[in-house]
Amino acid sequence: MSALLQVKNVTKKYGGLTANNNISFDVSENEILSVIGPNGAGKSTLFKMISSFTPTTSGEVLYHGERISNLKPHIVARKGIVRTFQETTIFKSMTVRESVIVAQHLRAKASLAGYFWGTKTAKEDVAAFGIYADELLEFLGMSSISSELAHNLPQGNLRALGVAIGLATAPKVLLLDEPFAGMNHDETMQMVDLVRSVRDERGVTVLLVEHDMPAVMNISDRIVVLNFGEKIAEGSPSEIQNNEKVIEAYLGSVDDEIGM
Amino acid sequence: MKNISSKQLVSVGLLLFAIFVAAPLIIGATGRWDFYFTLTSVALLAIASAGVWLTFYIGRINIGQGAFALIGAYVSAILVVKSGVSFWISLPAAGIFAAIVAIVIGLPILRLRGVYFAMITLVLTQVVTLTALALPITNGAKGISSIPLPSGVSLFGIPIIPDFAAMESTKLAFYYTACILMIATYAALYRLVNSRLGHLCRSMQQNEELASSIGVNISYIRMVIFAISSFFGGIGGAMFGSIAQSVYPSSFQVADSVNFMLNCFLGGLGYVFGPMLGTLVLYFGWDLLFELGKYQLLVYSIILIAVIRFLPNGLLSVRIGKGASK
Repeated sequence: MSALLQVKNVTKKYGGLTANNNISFDVSENEILSVIGPNGAGKSTLFKMISSFTPTTSGEVLYHGERISNLKPHIVARKGIVRTFQETTIFKSMTVRESVIVAQHLRAKASLAGYFWGTKTAKEDVAAFGIYADELLEFLGMSSISSELAHNLPQGNLRALGVAIGLATAPKVLLLDEPFAGMNHDETMQMVDLVRSVRDERGVTVLLVEHDMPAVMNISDRIVVLNFGEKIAEGSPSEIQNNEKVIEAYLGSVDDEIGM
Repeated sequence: MKNISSKQLVSVGLLLFAIFVAAPLIIGATGRWDFYFTLTSVALLAIASAGVWLTFYIGRINIGQGAFALIGAYVSAILVVKSGVSFWISLPAAGIFAAIVAIVIGLPILRLRGVYFAMITLVLTQVVTLTALALPITNGAKGISSIPLPSGVSLFGIPIIPDFAAMESTKLAFYYTACILMIATYAALYRLVNSRLGHLCRSMQQNEELASSIGVNISYIRMVIFAISSFFGGIGGAMFGSIAQSVYPSSFQVADSVNFMLNCFLGGLGYVFGPMLGTLVLYFGWDLLFELGKYQLLVYSIILIAVIRFLPNGLLSVRIGKGASK
């Protein structure tokens, strides 16, 4: 399989601190790839650079061989690489369905003025948005909460709403920011199934950043491990599980946390 | 969301009746002809306030609408007096010019949020006043006076708009013009808010990061909204200049800009028609307290503070009642 997304020698420095040092890996089409690492390993920074929410200091991220790093986030989204956020980042005064409809912005065929004057294309768009929203919510098992206001939803549903908003853009690559954080075992398993069906049934390539090890082992085709801003391992879940550097990094992190 | 309920239709019908039938009848019966001027002012201020409301809709506090009203008033006056252009062409030109200025100013300042944006816009009115004092084309402190009244417009020999100068009293003509403009403004605003642009504004207001992640070009939308907002300001200002038949650097001051913002707060930021009601209540409230003499400002301010304290969602929130307000 050819590489869909390439992270090439990406480095991020904040003043004297190096958050990511010379990181490279490829993501293949239709793959679920996870980036893991202990707290402070530089996962979030890498995630933000891939989605262009923060510029790289050096190196680049390529999509189909085209540079997508250091662009504006909405341009990266337009190319089909869409990120999700952790649960507090939602449209809190919109209902679930409204959120999913507004998130279909990139699928609009009519211009903004067209919507104002109510042209035929705009009316067709509005109808199509509604149909797609209902279909998507059905797919995600969220039909029953479609008219709930986002800020009234419990945490688990919020995470699913984040995925729904991301999927509404009809992305080629979905970047998930810690999709399992703060979830209990059952919720995590549901989310694992959801992410897998997103890939299997919608053909979306998934790159996720996470530190819940069991979930990641379960879901990923391949895993990239970061520690102290460096890539220390890359491979299939079983390879990673038996990698000494990884074991050391995770066991070491326990001491670090006590030390803090 | 899309379908207009019968209740809304009745409200709009009542409003139109009040403006075009009831108000002229009452004024005619009581002989208070000065009310026409008051109501015309309210209608024009409500147009400018609608613009301010729109910038609130993208999460920006705009205390600079006076600047755009002043720009609109000058553009129209200069076009009519110095170039002999018909007022009815100068009116949209004033709006468009104000919108272009808004785009130029907006480029650097629309990135700012909250109090920083508010502070810059607060300065804008003063900057435009000083510019008007300095430029030769605006005639400095003397301003532009004796602006001719709007001329008539006819198409293929059929008169569409009568010549204002030929009328015995222009009060009623200006009143109807201002009201028609106000209704057009609010109809456009309502439509905009309920169209895709409005939905994108709501998404930006609620979470800019998430909005950009779904592909919304937030700096572009902000610019469009600020331009439309200032267009309304320019239109309101130009109409004012035409009624007063004069424009001075002090025609719109910082206090006016603050009032435009207060109109929105008072009426309710959550309601499209909020600024219209806010303008009416604020303008009449001030006039009614005239009897209090030197205590006018004190009482007025206390009432304003009380309203904002006890009705944080504006006057229109009262009408909605407990059931819907959650």
